[in-house]
Amino acid sequence: MRIGVITFPGSLDDVDAARAVRLAGAEPVALWHASHDLEDVDAVVLPGGFSYGDYLRAGAIAARAPLVQDVVDRARQGMPVLGICNGFQVLCEAGLLPGALTRNGHLHFRNRDQALRIERADTAWTASYEARQRIVVPVKNGEGRYVAAPADLDRIEGEGRVAVRYVEGNPNGSMRDIAGVTSEDGRVVGLMPHPEHAVEDLTGPSTDGLGFFTSILEAAVSA
Amino acid sequence: MIDTVEHAAKTPDEAQPYSELGLESDEYHRIRDILGRRPTTAELAMYSVMWSEHCSYKSSKVHLRRFGDLPRSEALLVGIGENAGVVDVGDGYAVTFKVESHNHPSYVEPYQGAATGVGGIVRDILTMGARPVAVMDSLRFGRADAPDTARVLPGVVAGVGGYGNCLGLPNIGGELLFDECYAGNPLVNALCVGVMRHEDVHLAKAEGVGNKVVLFGARTGGDGIGGVSVLASETFDDAGGPAKRPSVQVGDPFTEKLLIEACLELFGQDLVTGIQDLGGAGLSCATSELASAGAGGMHVDLDRVPLRDSTLTPAEILMSESQERMCAIVEPDKVERFLAVCAKWDVLATVIGEVTDGDRLTVDWHGERIVDVPPRTVAHEGPVYDRPMQRPADLDDLQADDPVRLPRPRTPEELAAHWLAVVASPDGADKTWVTEQYDRYVRGNTVLAQPDDAGVVRIDEATSRGIALALDGNARYARLDPYAGAQLNLAEAYRNVAVSGARPLAVTNCLNFGSPEEPEVMWQFAEAVRGLADACRDLGLPVTGGNVSLYNQTGDVAINPTPVIGVLGVHDDVRRRVPTGWRTAGETVLLLGVTRSEFGGCAWASVVHGHLGGRPPAVDLEAERKLGELLAALGREGLVTSAHDLADGGLAQTLAESALRHGLGARLDLPGDAFTALFSESAARAVITTTDPGGVKTTARWAGVAVTELGVTGGDVLAVDGVADLPLAEVRAAWTATLPALFGTPEATVGAVPAGTVPTS
Repeated sequence: MRIGVITFPGSLDDVDAARAVRLAGAEPVALWHASHDLEDVDAVVLPGGFSYGDYLRAGAIAARAPLVQDVVDRARQGMPVLGICNGFQVLCEAGLLPGALTRNGHLHFRNRDQALRIERADTAWTASYEARQRIVVPVKNGEGRYVAAPADLDRIEGEGRVAVRYVEGNPNGSMRDIAGVTSEDGRVVGLMPHPEHAVEDLTGPSTDGLGFFTSILEAAVSA
Repeated sequence: MIDTVEHAAKTPDEAQPYSELGLESDEYHRIRDILGRRPTTAELAMYSVMWSEHCSYKSSKVHLRRFGDLPRSEALLVGIGENAGVVDVGDGYAVTFKVESHNHPSYVEPYQGAATGVGGIVRDILTMGARPVAVMDSLRFGRADAPDTARVLPGVVAGVGGYGNCLGLPNIGGELLFDECYAGNPLVNALCVGVMRHEDVHLAKAEGVGNKVVLFGARTGGDGIGGVSVLASETFDDAGGPAKRPSVQVGDPFTEKLLIEACLELFGQDLVTGIQDLGGAGLSCATSELASAGAGGMHVDLDRVPLRDSTLTPAEILMSESQERMCAIVEPDKVERFLAVCAKWDVLATVIGEVTDGDRLTVDWHGERIVDVPPRTVAHEGPVYDRPMQRPADLDDLQADDPVRLPRPRTPEELAAHWLAVVASPDGADKTWVTEQYDRYVRGNTVLAQPDDAGVVRIDEATSRGIALALDGNARYARLDPYAGAQLNLAEAYRNVAVSGARPLAVTNCLNFGSPEEPEVMWQFAEAVRGLADACRDLGLPVTGGNVSLYNQTGDVAINPTPVIGVLGVHDDVRRRVPTGWRTAGETVLLLGVTRSEFGGCAWASVVHGHLGGRPPAVDLEAERKLGELLAALGREGLVTSAHDLADGGLAQTLAESALRHGLGARLDLPGDAFTALFSESAARAVITTTDPGGVKTTARWAGVAVTELGVTGGDVLAVDGVADLPLAEVRAAWTATLPALFGTPEATVGAVPAGTVPTS
């Protein structure tokens, strides 16, 4: 299975995402933001970082990149897409996921090992987990506070679109402790924490993050 | 009107503001002798910045020769003199690392000063041909509770984090210490480490007549122009010129990230003959150093330089310290491909000149010659001073004032209270408030980071080869005895690398001192350099380069001499790294090394009595080497489960940190009197845990290192015989509360972050 990892100017965790894809047993494919070539990948990861320096708004310029337009079209036809941190911000800016990410409530960049609860274990990217499973992966961002209008939050919750929630402390003031959300069809998932930094005992606080990348393989097998 | 070479030759008597530019009268006359005429405005500006203390090392050079005189190390691929030294770490990998200060800018504008400090050192590493893989920071501020510290510290931390995080470089460690002496002069020392293959080493050299000079990266603006000096020069020429500009540079980490990726792609495609970053003294420095290191000359058409501000004068363009710029020497038939790579990364690149067959550096401005100089005289043949030195008059009294006379804790309760006080002091306290603002995970190769003793980074996923780095700079010891203090700092960094299981390989340094014009400061500097060089010789370690920061003083009062020493070590297999924290109950806690009654400059005296005096702990480099070898052997044989060095705060600090890491206590019986055992700062010691105390003792006997069994891990209390029990919850509460109480819990400071501290995602 070929999983594309898009590099934008200012992408930082693209090497990490590619490593996680490889450790999960899939083939990472480097994709370049400015091309229109998705290179026949089966799924796409939008990695963390500061695409275009986060100028204007985090993710706002990347959401208009040529390749992201192609990703949006393919995602609407069911291609799985995972957005991590800056990638989540891009997916929200591109309209694939609801809500927005704003400056952390306390205004600081914060990097810590964060406990999360998997709320949906039936999306393309979370099928390897049990529902309500607790995992620990790093979170690190300055603009990770998930926000939406109260009515939208009720709707998102009602539709079961909250994929991952912060537990044992909310690192950035996200509304309703939301760490990640999914599209209606469960094929597109975005989250602020970094599962790709928790894939090896040597370098991560756990290997809990690997499940995001093995999930997509399971989804492909069952599809 | 532009001051051309031709005009300068015709107007020898025109008065020039050399003194406002920071040049001495005899220095100015030397420039006239070199050129055989008066310098043009642009030339005078170039010489003034390049002959500044910062660029020329004119006061420190005579002493720094000691580092160059050290025996040649086989591990050293590139030595002192280049942008950074390069060390062979095995398997064809080379590592380059360096620390640099950005002290004064960080005091004036904490966020941008610290941010551009990181940016500058990263470009130095990149210039060597390496991919930067991690950063560290060593910070000093005035008293933690001083109002100005609350202004400077949050901005500096946000700046270090903001720039490094946005570049995608993990911050793997450093130091944060407080002392009244830094109140008007905080220290911001940033380290960067990069990795490359041996064959990828690049040098700052302009070779090959006809090769093009390409300036790439950000446009040149009016930021960072050397304060009074050049502004004075421009007033001299043109009273209606540009307004005064800030002398602190403004950083754009996004552009630097693009510059990194573009450079690595340029290196990869072999499109670069020589390369130099633009840091202090900007284009003046880059062009003169490139030309000086090469065989020929260089010509630059300055009007081709892309500008952010079209009103800049030629002298300002030459002096500008706008960030995120590089200068490369490129063969003519490779220029097109070079420009294409830059375009791919949205990096602006412009051919501004070429390598010539003469021996002059010439600069034209719209066809008129404004600079015509021998480049060596600008870059490498600046003035050298052997300044007067004098042992500080107060040193005898200071050394005689030994902490042995200070009242000591006597009861078990007092001992516990003093222990808690040291651990909860701003120097000893938990640094999470700072390190949470740094990304430690990016690139996915961080094996150990703060609060572990050393930062450890994997450099090869297939072989698990890696490196370890530590930065240490105890200034109390250096104040009491700069020779021994520098050695003790080296020994501590060496030990920190060794406890991680790595083999120490090379040394870098950032020497922060007061004004070299004060004989007592100059003596401190010379003694520290001599101490460091002697210790490096004894330990068989090369000094790969370094940075000197002088004039760190407010009025007549200099900072305590602060030689910050960095040690690089190599791990053949990072999977065998040794962490600092206790994780498993029932393991034996052992103390390696010998504890003496040594309290001079110790943390206990400082925290409890506000006292600084006596002599620092004895230096025993042979014991350090043996301890290092033992730790490496124990790590290799898998005989240790944790290891933590002893330094400021002694055993008290080490035990608390080891226990708090994973919330596991211990029951311990300390040898001798508990006070000395807890608070002495004797060097060459470490605490380890093991499941095989017999095996460790056998190996230690073979290595010649004393071993003392302290007790067993377990429980949630630090239970030490003769000391009141310290429940870990209580220690943790005190240890973690200090910095948030001083600088605010993030949740409580919404809307109160100082201006300019702009964190982004």
